[in-house]
Amino acid sequence: MKQTVEIRNHTLEMHKFHLRLAISAGIVFLLFLALFVRFFYLQVIKGDHYHTLAEANRISISPLVPNRGIIFDRNGEILAQNHSVYTLEIIPSQVSELESTLDKLATVVTITKKDRQRFKRLMNESRRFKSIPIRKRLTDEEVARFAANRYRFPGIDIQARVMRQYPYGESAAHVVGYIGRINDKDVEQLNSNNEFDNYRGSHYIGKIGIEQSYERELHGITGFEEVETDAAGRSIRVLSRTPPVPGNNLVLSLDVKLQQAADKAFGDRRGALVAMDPNNGEILAFVSKPGFDANLFIGGIDQENWDLLNNSIDRPLNNRALRGLYPPGSAFKPFMALAALELKKRTPEYTLNDIGYFSLPGRKHRYRDWKVGGHGEVNLHKSLVVSCDTYYYGLAYDLGIEAIHNYIKQFGLGEKTGIDILGEVSGLLPSPEWKMRRHKQQWYVGDTISVGIGQGYNLTTPLQLAFSTSILANKGNAFQPFLVKRITNDQTGLVQNKQKTLLYAVEHEPENMALVRRALVDVTQPGGTAANAAAGAAYTFAGKTGTSQVIGIKQGERYKEDLIHERHRDHAMFVAYAPAENPKIVLAVIVENGGHGGATAAPIARQVFDYFLLGEVSETTTAKTLDIPEEHIHNHHEHDHL
Amino acid sequence: MPIIELRKLWYYLTRYIDSFLLTSIILLMVIGLFALYSATGADINRVTNQMVNMLVALVIMWLIANVPLQQIMRLALPMYLFGLTLLVGVALFGEIQNGARRWLDIGVTRIQPSELMKIAVPLMMAWYFDKYEITLRLRDYLGATLLLLFPVLLIIRQPDLGTALLIAASGFYVLFLAGLSWRIIAGLLITAAGSVPIFWSFMHDYQRRRVMTLIDPSQDALGAGYHTIQSSIAIGSGGIVGKGWQNGTQTQLDFLPEQSTDFIFAVFSEEFGLLGNSVLLLLYIVIIGRCMYITANASTQFTRLIAGSITLTFCTYIFVNMGMVSGVLPVVGVPLPLISYGGTSMVTMLLGFGILMSIQTHPKLVKT
Repeated sequence: MKQTVEIRNHTLEMHKFHLRLAISAGIVFLLFLALFVRFFYLQVIKGDHYHTLAEANRISISPLVPNRGIIFDRNGEILAQNHSVYTLEIIPSQVSELESTLDKLATVVTITKKDRQRFKRLMNESRRFKSIPIRKRLTDEEVARFAANRYRFPGIDIQARVMRQYPYGESAAHVVGYIGRINDKDVEQLNSNNEFDNYRGSHYIGKIGIEQSYERELHGITGFEEVETDAAGRSIRVLSRTPPVPGNNLVLSLDVKLQQAADKAFGDRRGALVAMDPNNGEILAFVSKPGFDANLFIGGIDQENWDLLNNSIDRPLNNRALRGLYPPGSAFKPFMALAALELKKRTPEYTLNDIGYFSLPGRKHRYRDWKVGGHGEVNLHKSLVVSCDTYYYGLAYDLGIEAIHNYIKQFGLGEKTGIDILGEVSGLLPSPEWKMRRHKQQWYVGDTISVGIGQGYNLTTPLQLAFSTSILANKGNAFQPFLVKRITNDQTGLVQNKQKTLLYAVEHEPENMALVRRALVDVTQPGGTAANAAAGAAYTFAGKTGTSQVIGIKQGERYKEDLIHERHRDHAMFVAYAPAENPKIVLAVIVENGGHGGATAAPIARQVFDYFLLGEVSETTTAKTLDIPEEHIHNHHEHDHL
Repeated sequence: MPIIELRKLWYYLTRYIDSFLLTSIILLMVIGLFALYSATGADINRVTNQMVNMLVALVIMWLIANVPLQQIMRLALPMYLFGLTLLVGVALFGEIQNGARRWLDIGVTRIQPSELMKIAVPLMMAWYFDKYEITLRLRDYLGATLLLLFPVLLIIRQPDLGTALLIAASGFYVLFLAGLSWRIIAGLLITAAGSVPIFWSFMHDYQRRRVMTLIDPSQDALGAGYHTIQSSIAIGSGGIVGKGWQNGTQTQLDFLPEQSTDFIFAVFSEEFGLLGNSVLLLLYIVIIGRCMYITANASTQFTRLIAGSITLTFCTYIFVNMGMVSGVLPVVGVPLPLISYGGTSMVTMLLGFGILMSIQTHPKLVKT
């Protein structure tokens, strides 16, 4: 009895136990299934996602910055190059007490007040995690001293940096330009051009001049190094390396020695000079005075120098040759003369009796000649040689503004030349449409009269004057002015020669052109307005003096140079080419507040010609610049004749 | 003659060994050695160490397998009392390591008494139920629960929440298999749920952080959530077929924490992918299946309960470890059985398998 009960109990117990064991097995199975589902989710559904995360974990890509291209002048002189320097750099986000850290740092390496100011300015411009230089050009001793104390300065380190250097300093600084730290605006620009990736690691970008305009050629292609890192970010090994491609070298048409000669000829005067080869458009010299040292801008200019350059009344940073706007003055007359002959409004023989002024029919207003009492009998040839204003007043009246505008437009005045650097301005060759558009006023005949002698609304750049003169020099052929002659790359083997570009040829009767050219030669001969500057030259050259007014003189008043503030004196102009028969060089010279073109601008041109054609500057011409020309009194015209 | 001698030796060696179980175990161990070789960055010394651990554990397993269950049963009470004494000793004189008091220096070596209790507690409870087999009443279940609570509370205090929970689980399995009524189980579950806030208040900061980061690992991506995120990346980036042995970037570049011990599964998973994981899970299921079979055929209350508890605890280890490494359970210090580096856990595991083999291979006692 008892035994049967126990047996039944036992069976019952076993049954109960097996049931519970089966339930456990079921639960275990479900849990393992859940694990499998989890693995499936991680490894199959989200596999790509985690794969990407793992790759990001282990691979960090560091950019390899390419060496910037070198800029040479036409004779192989280096205008911009790279050299290695050590800089001390701070990552502001990693330094807690900046001021006291800087004080502490100053006990190890010399840190001037200037250094601090520049650092603060750069810090405000940059992002907090970016490395910013506090000291540039460390000496070997300073490098060693900091290295020994490095542990005391977390977030501060020495960087070997390739710096840009401009061996010629001020000479050609405007045209070569400079590089500067990439700022937010540059980043925006790079992003919109999809070029930002190529600038990872780059700190500098061209800011003006060739450095800016040829940024794409000069920068090169950034390389990349794929580095495997561990969890602490230490690099373990290099997985792959795409070497950078250095930037292309540029050979400019510029002759830096000629540039220096021109610089010297200017002395302390303000102004601009453009020298150009009329046979192909190559720019030989591109001077803007006063200049500045481009080396100051590398790695961030300090506040003091910046203020000095930026606030100066002389505006040294302005590239006058490219962006300076001046009325062409009498340099406009050769084109007027050609227009007169071509449009048959004047014959070479037509002679005017100049009594010292011109008045419109039925009007009393007198448009005065620069020479009181006039030049007497004046034909077209003489009108250019003595720069007779009265002749051109009448001519302008006869031609009319439409004809003047349409004809002279062919010589590129009032239009961008399309030179290969950025920032060119177009100037202005006025027309009735322009005046209506700009001033909502109709054109007056009086406006035309001023335009006839290159004043009034006329505005040109020195570069435009050189370009338009080159068309005269080359008998109607207009070659596009350019600065970069050749692009080369030693690594890629690239050699790309820039060909001259004949933009167009101005149609003309050869005898008309010859007449004007003869007159321009006689400008430099005895009796011409530039005779003094040309005296004793071993070659003949052609030119035209000009004076562009800065302030208007009232009717009945006379312009007296010594009574007028220096800054309000006229700008002196001279356009020229030499040798006259077979021109090799065209010049446009402007001396701000220099008075008459024959007095200050032409002697500068003479020195540049001498250097270019003879290889030396004649002593006599420098002395002659002090000579006072025959005319003291200049033509002056109110801006608004009503 | 020597052949006969060898055969005899072979017979004695294998007499109480379950060859099916042993083969599966050794297969897993070999996988573990490969994973360890990769996880340690080809450190042959660590691998050799682990092989020694395995051999020692296998010898202990063999010894236990040769002991009839009646002998082991007799050991239950002394072992339990000894372990409990040691736990009290740890609480009073234990060495502090990593902020926890877990080790006891007994002169020659340091021991971790909580490890001993992993076996001693289910043994004791199984013995207890076997003793009161005929009169199983609520009172007996309460007594067994008390036997469980003492060590568990002492281990929580060390603090070692992971081990405490595992021991609690192994004890609970004994209670469950012994026939604890469903009503009480439901009551316990409700009580457990209700005591969560109380538990929470007793938890250490690092434990709370672990629970919180389980809910959202990215909340503390470089702190407590770092382990989970990195191991999830390791597993996920392994894909279907894995990156190949010794090619796991997460592993080789030290992104994984504790990669030779608790997180070794992430190493394996990264290098062998879903395919490798499936093979691993299948091997574990084969072992579990065999253990369930042995448990089902065990003849006495004691053997049934101890075998069942060992089997289910083994499952728990696997689930908790894989769960935490793959980011579904909080990070608690639980090794992956037979794979993770470490001698203690290896010995504990194989000791359990030794008991199972003994149950399977010794003549079954029929209750009279």
